[in-house]
Amino acid sequence: MDFDDTREEAAFRSEARGWLAAHAEAKSGAFETWQSRYAGREGYEGLERAKGFQAKKADAGFAALHWPAEWGGRALSPIYQVIYQQEESKFLVPRGYFEIGLGMCMPTLFAYATEPQKRRYAPAALRGDEVWCQLFSEPGAGSDLAGLRTRAQRQGDEWVINGQKIWTSGAHWADWAILVARSDPKAPKHKGLSFFFLSMKSAGIETRRIKQISGASHFNEVYFTDVRIPDSQRLGAVGAGWGVAITTLMNERLTSGDLRGPDFEEIFGLARSVRLEDGPAIDNAAVRERLADLYVKTQGVRLTRFRTMTALSRGETPGPENSIGKLVNAPKAQEIASFAMDLLDVGGVVMDKETAPLRAAFQESLLTSPGGRIAAGTDEILRNIIAERVLGLPQDVRVDRELPFEQLPTGDRTPTGTR
Amino acid sequence: MPYDSRAVNFDFSADQKSLREQARKFLAEHASSTRVRRILEGAAPYDAELWRGMGEMGWMGTAIPETHGGAGFGYLELCVIAEELGRSLAPTPFSSTIYLAAEALLLAGSDAQKKCWLPRIAQGDAIGCFALAEGAHVTTAANLATRADGARVTGTKLPVMDGDVADFAIVLAGLGDGARAGLFLVELKAPGVTRASLATVDPTRSHGRVTFDGAAAEPLGAPGQGWPLVERLLDRAAVLVAFEQLGGAQAALEMAREYALGRFAFGRQIASFQAIKHKLADMYVGVELARSNAYYGAWALSKDVPELPVAAATARVAASEAYYQAAKENIQVHGGMGFTWEFDCHLHYRRAKLTGLMLGSARRWKDLLVTRLQAGAA
Repeated sequence: MDFDDTREEAAFRSEARGWLAAHAEAKSGAFETWQSRYAGREGYEGLERAKGFQAKKADAGFAALHWPAEWGGRALSPIYQVIYQQEESKFLVPRGYFEIGLGMCMPTLFAYATEPQKRRYAPAALRGDEVWCQLFSEPGAGSDLAGLRTRAQRQGDEWVINGQKIWTSGAHWADWAILVARSDPKAPKHKGLSFFFLSMKSAGIETRRIKQISGASHFNEVYFTDVRIPDSQRLGAVGAGWGVAITTLMNERLTSGDLRGPDFEEIFGLARSVRLEDGPAIDNAAVRERLADLYVKTQGVRLTRFRTMTALSRGETPGPENSIGKLVNAPKAQEIASFAMDLLDVGGVVMDKETAPLRAAFQESLLTSPGGRIAAGTDEILRNIIAERVLGLPQDVRVDRELPFEQLPTGDRTPTGTR
Repeated sequence: MPYDSRAVNFDFSADQKSLREQARKFLAEHASSTRVRRILEGAAPYDAELWRGMGEMGWMGTAIPETHGGAGFGYLELCVIAEELGRSLAPTPFSSTIYLAAEALLLAGSDAQKKCWLPRIAQGDAIGCFALAEGAHVTTAANLATRADGARVTGTKLPVMDGDVADFAIVLAGLGDGARAGLFLVELKAPGVTRASLATVDPTRSHGRVTFDGAAAEPLGAPGQGWPLVERLLDRAAVLVAFEQLGGAQAALEMAREYALGRFAFGRQIASFQAIKHKLADMYVGVELARSNAYYGAWALSKDVPELPVAAATARVAASEAYYQAAKENIQVHGGMGFTWEFDCHLHYRRAKLTGLMLGSARRWKDLLVTRLQAGAA
């Protein structure tokens, strides 16, 4: 039991660190410093910078380490991807533009597209020349993705798409997309789906930004009105789209699981600096108990990731321990934000960046952290996954498996969310 | 442990895993539920036959150096055995003898003391215990009623795990009139010692009330260094007990899973209800976080690195809470049957609470953890 790299891993780590040092700026100092300098760079203005960095990263061979060499990868085991991510996390680099394309869309193309298609799309995605997005969720199909109703109707050598997707990250700047749609409403829900890829510049696509409770807009609604896709861009057989979608979801990148917002270190720092009515917050027994609880969780997730890395390094498939990171971290982010504001008492409500500690990172996190518990598997779905795939418990009784999709009950109203 | 040149090797080795299999097999046979219940319901304080068997397996000497008659494997191997002992609920004086008494000797014992006791412990011929608590309150160096006067101690210790059956005790006693304290080694069969068994929530671990009336006592370690030694000793024991708790928590989770799969209600397996599935998922998450924190504690203990105090406190808190959660919810999943004497759920429920308190409550360890984080981050 130790935390050392093998000789090969150490050499790779050193290569990655050297390259990053030459091409990116190291994070220096506290969260506050780099958060204020980095967080503001996301968005359209960051896209061009991100593309520039991605091209250099691809040329240096760091963009897709576990891909086969023919598509620009190094065919390395996933442990090297983890090592690279560990090193990259110490630098200020653009993030959030290419993960979906490289981590989910391309692996799906590798599994189902033709050779000429792979040659056409993979290199451009790798270098960041083309950005991809994933058109899966719908207003009526989130956790129950297979309940989606966007229609794909065949007309000769083309498919005509009508419907709506939602929660599509990056749809507003994406060039290409993967799409799962319903090709046969008379078949049971999982059996009437087909899978495609298409240009986001296609006629009939309308993208609208969604304003989140934080005020930011990271997601979109995407509307389809008679959008035409050539049948050659279908991935997998007609009616076999669910299996393809599962391939995509299984390829979700090895997420680092790190919180984007303030974590234990920041709440611990705050407790050491802020005073309560009877002295420093860090001396308060109730505060100390909660800090200890947060530390135990933080360490538990961090160390669990080392167990995952160990499995990868041994060439084993990571065990189910990998599935608990987000289930623990996402609610923890929300708890840290709320706890921090409690320590600031009445003043905790202030979001003015010049006044609030850490440039209002805790207050920002209060408003962004609820999304973490919903995106990429809600807390509830993750518990189901652990119960079913890890503990081997049976699925819930399903009333929707065998019925034709069009006969499933849909509810008679859409909640509006306003009074 | 043998150095394994593979990367980020945050797991036990193949050899250690085969030791685990061997231990699990032995305990499945010799520490079955029937055997544990014999101690729960009978008069014997511990399973002497099992204890002899464990001695024959060489477990007591796992982390005792060969120069003192042990096997000289190391702490990772001892952690592996501890996890299996916790899983099986083995009713023996292993934890008091090995994690506390033998560790105290290794930490602070003189050559003569080590020579006298460690080989006997390693052979399974001596039982030791650790006498710190003095009743139903937090015992600290500042409130010790037990006092040492030269080479004699006077006072009453309770509860002392295995104090009713041990051959010797490591005793914390106050020095003079102040808050200084020292550790002492006291032979329990000597004059001036009276003891009685004490009822506790978990009769599968024997406890005693031990009264010293001018009993002969040898200082263990430097005089006045009692409390710092106790803290170091408790850190080491915390990691080892965390593995017992982990084994118990895993067993309670597995029991709950088996029952939920086999029990039908409303026409289906209760394991298909989300209320049950989510409960089991939460138990699983608690166990896995505790496992990762315990592994880190094992690493720190085996390498004796400066990270040990924080790692030990983290492992202790995580394991105490995970075991209690798993044991408590295991009863809930079993419904009415879980509340019966006949089902084994209560054995883990009792042991979870006992192990959660035996080295001090999680409340106290959380405070200690934050103190240590403050020191590290200062």
